[in-house]
Amino acid sequence: MSESHEALPEQRAWMTLLQKAGAPVVSVLIAIGIGSLIMWISGYDAGAAFAALFKGSLGSPKAFGDTLLRATPLMFTGLAVAYGFRAGLFNIGAEGQLFMGGLAAAYLGVRLGGLSPAVALPAVLVAAMAAGAAWAFVPALLKARIGAHEVITTMMFTYIGKYIVSWLVVGPLKAPGQIPQTEMIGASAQLPRIQSLFSDAALQSLPILKLGRGHMGIFVALLFAVVVWLILKYTTLGYENRAVGFNPWAAENAGISVPSTIVKSLCISGALAGLAGAVEVMGVHHRIFDQFSPGFGFTGIAVALVAKNHPLGVIPAALLFGAMSAGSGTMQLEADVPQKIVLIIQALVIFLIAAESVVQWFIQKRQKEALARAR
Amino acid sequence: MPVLELRGITKIFPGVVANDDVSLSLEPGEIVALLGENGAGKTTLMNVVYGLLAADRGEVLVDGKPARIKSPRDAIDHGIGMVHQHFMLVEPLTVTENIVLGREPGRFGVIDFAVARERVRALSEQYGLKVDPDARIQDLSVGMQQRVEILKALYQGARVLILDEPTAVLTPQEVHELFSVVRSLVDEGLSVVFITHKLEEVMAVADRIVVMRDGRVVGETRPSETDMVGLARMMVGRDVVLRIEKGPSRCGEPVLEVEGLRVLDDRRLEAVRGVSFSVCGGEVVAIAGVDGNGQRELVEALVGLRRPLAGTIRLKGRDVTHAGAREAIEAGISHIPEDRHRRGLVLDFSIAENMVLGDHRVEPYAKRGVMRPARIAQMARERIEAYDVRTPSERVHASALSGGNQQKVVVAREIGRGPELLVAAQPTRGLDVGAIEFVHRQIIAQRDAGKAVLLVSFELEEVMALADRILVIYEGQIAREFAAGEADDETLGYYMTGGGGSKLDGPPSAEVAAGGER
Repeated sequence: MSESHEALPEQRAWMTLLQKAGAPVVSVLIAIGIGSLIMWISGYDAGAAFAALFKGSLGSPKAFGDTLLRATPLMFTGLAVAYGFRAGLFNIGAEGQLFMGGLAAAYLGVRLGGLSPAVALPAVLVAAMAAGAAWAFVPALLKARIGAHEVITTMMFTYIGKYIVSWLVVGPLKAPGQIPQTEMIGASAQLPRIQSLFSDAALQSLPILKLGRGHMGIFVALLFAVVVWLILKYTTLGYENRAVGFNPWAAENAGISVPSTIVKSLCISGALAGLAGAVEVMGVHHRIFDQFSPGFGFTGIAVALVAKNHPLGVIPAALLFGAMSAGSGTMQLEADVPQKIVLIIQALVIFLIAAESVVQWFIQKRQKEALARAR
Repeated sequence: MPVLELRGITKIFPGVVANDDVSLSLEPGEIVALLGENGAGKTTLMNVVYGLLAADRGEVLVDGKPARIKSPRDAIDHGIGMVHQHFMLVEPLTVTENIVLGREPGRFGVIDFAVARERVRALSEQYGLKVDPDARIQDLSVGMQQRVEILKALYQGARVLILDEPTAVLTPQEVHELFSVVRSLVDEGLSVVFITHKLEEVMAVADRIVVMRDGRVVGETRPSETDMVGLARMMVGRDVVLRIEKGPSRCGEPVLEVEGLRVLDDRRLEAVRGVSFSVCGGEVVAIAGVDGNGQRELVEALVGLRRPLAGTIRLKGRDVTHAGAREAIEAGISHIPEDRHRRGLVLDFSIAENMVLGDHRVEPYAKRGVMRPARIAQMARERIEAYDVRTPSERVHASALSGGNQQKVVVAREIGRGPELLVAAQPTRGLDVGAIEFVHRQIIAQRDAGKAVLLVSFELEEVMALADRILVIYEGQIAREFAAGEADDETLGYYMTGGGGSKLDGPPSAEVAAGGER
């Protein structure tokens, strides 16, 4: 047989990276372009708006700290959704698992607050993971056993989770006082701000370390991004997860239990989402209340999409969404452009990435023309 | 004047030149066979003609006039019809409804079913394509569905009919019927392009044979001027052994023993109804039968994908009746699935990742849940070498390989594992002669190494070439057993289609020695 070899695309590391990163980067640029156009049509000064957006997200150490603050939970929910996607599961209910993780952290944080941080921090994080996993377990079981679609069930469980928290913060777990919220967690269960690690003298001489509200949760998030990446790439657990995601029939043929992989995958996804709730409680609010998440679980879907479900891609994707959210306030204040324009840009990013096949089509057409000319 | 003419058609896909300056002409009343291996560009060429793909260069002429065909609609308007390998029928609708779909007779959006029925009936009479106009597609056999596709093309006014691998899904009897249909079509003045990679079909039906290789036309001949060996050489570009040599089998200890096996299908009907047989080390036992007679369920039960209802399966004396797929692999059962894209490969995985599928938990490829990519890559490279997988590296995605090379990956994995029993279901489906030869050699090598092989195939040619013993399966039961060389394909076909309902009845023509136990 005479087959041409050079035609086969090889899976080289740099090539796949370029391929995977290319489309999201282009999509973000196009989205910013369209966003500018919308602002221009609406009579706003797009230049000033983006300047303010930049200033509010990256313009100062404090602004960057805000970006980190917003990016931290998004990294976890992004990882959660991405991990599920790699098994072909759409965990649309990360928000509910986040609430459960946050609840576990708030509850245990109060009770373990007296212990040493070396015990309290890991214990609270693990409890939040367990809570998130538990919240994903029932939908996972329903999917594995009777094929109930996880999009419906995890979504329904989100409502249940949120309302359980709503009830607890006005009822059994309500702290004394007027406000419906839980008691503050103990100091040793709190994730300290990054700048609190440094002495005043160090902050004086190196003002770049003054990261404001940015807290240690970001390092936990980065650690987990790497861990999830290692799991997917180098463990049988991750291999089976991907095999089921790509082709459950071939996986089954190879002796991989599809139902048990589904349960494992959705529970790991839930555990990651639970951590998102935990870092919000431990690093930002130090307690839980009704509206403590502005939909980090849902934005996580967008983060995973931009990251192309790659755990390491989740890092820049979460930072991007974190920066947009952090800068939008400054944008409204200084450039008088409504915060909502950021949501429009985010929506455009999602839309363009979802429509990637169109972009791919353009790229392929160009390649083909080049090839035709070369012959 | 040719009814259809292609001039210098060039079609480029990213990284691949599928058609390179291809020219072809078709005279009225002629059957041209377009012969070539998978990936030679036959289907691409015809998709260009049918308006499904746009050529990068070249032109299509109909009746000597340049035709701009940009969609199947245009093709139909020019009198070109195409029957695809995978039928495009609406299953819950009737034959008539499917045929008139898109060109329904009637007025103001109301379909005149009486007229439609009458037209369909007239067409089917004219061309000798017997089919019940009121039957629902889902109730028809594959061969009948194909007739509906042909009738549909005729209804739309086709004068040129393109048949893409039309025999791939048919039984031997249906193939004969198709050939006579094709001949009656050309008698009525139609022209037919017959796409195939099967040599015997080409010899049987074609007036003229155009051979394609690597996107180019490499030769043109007539059945009277060549033979199968010559055609194979032209098609593959080298000499090919169509039927491999094998020595007598040396039957050792029984490896697989199946007793009274009963298995349900997905509709919970009994598909395997009390099957007993054994396969010993060093022999190839073939299950011959028409698709849908319980072969799939039998195989799935053996390899642990389907739970048997009753009976026992023993491997080297060990009871594996209720083993799952994982236990089956661990017990030493390898499985070449009938559908490599569905069961055999994870197309989005690299070759290396596919090679380790099923062994991905065990040493040396993994230890305590951590995979060892270097070991896996090394194993993959060794197997790529040993099984002649044409790829630049083990990092290439399985989806980028040709069908033959994909199957080699599956074969390499399943045989490379070193199984006691190899269950090979349709191991050469959709492969071209070169790859078939390779897979057949591997199966015989496995046998000669003293392993047991159970072959399930709808291709009698393959069954006769490989098997030491042949079990004919019909409606979930073993209808008859033959030793190698005991039965010809007429006889096998007779039992495959339910002839000799009783095991005592004789075959139609050829005399047959008693199958019996050995």
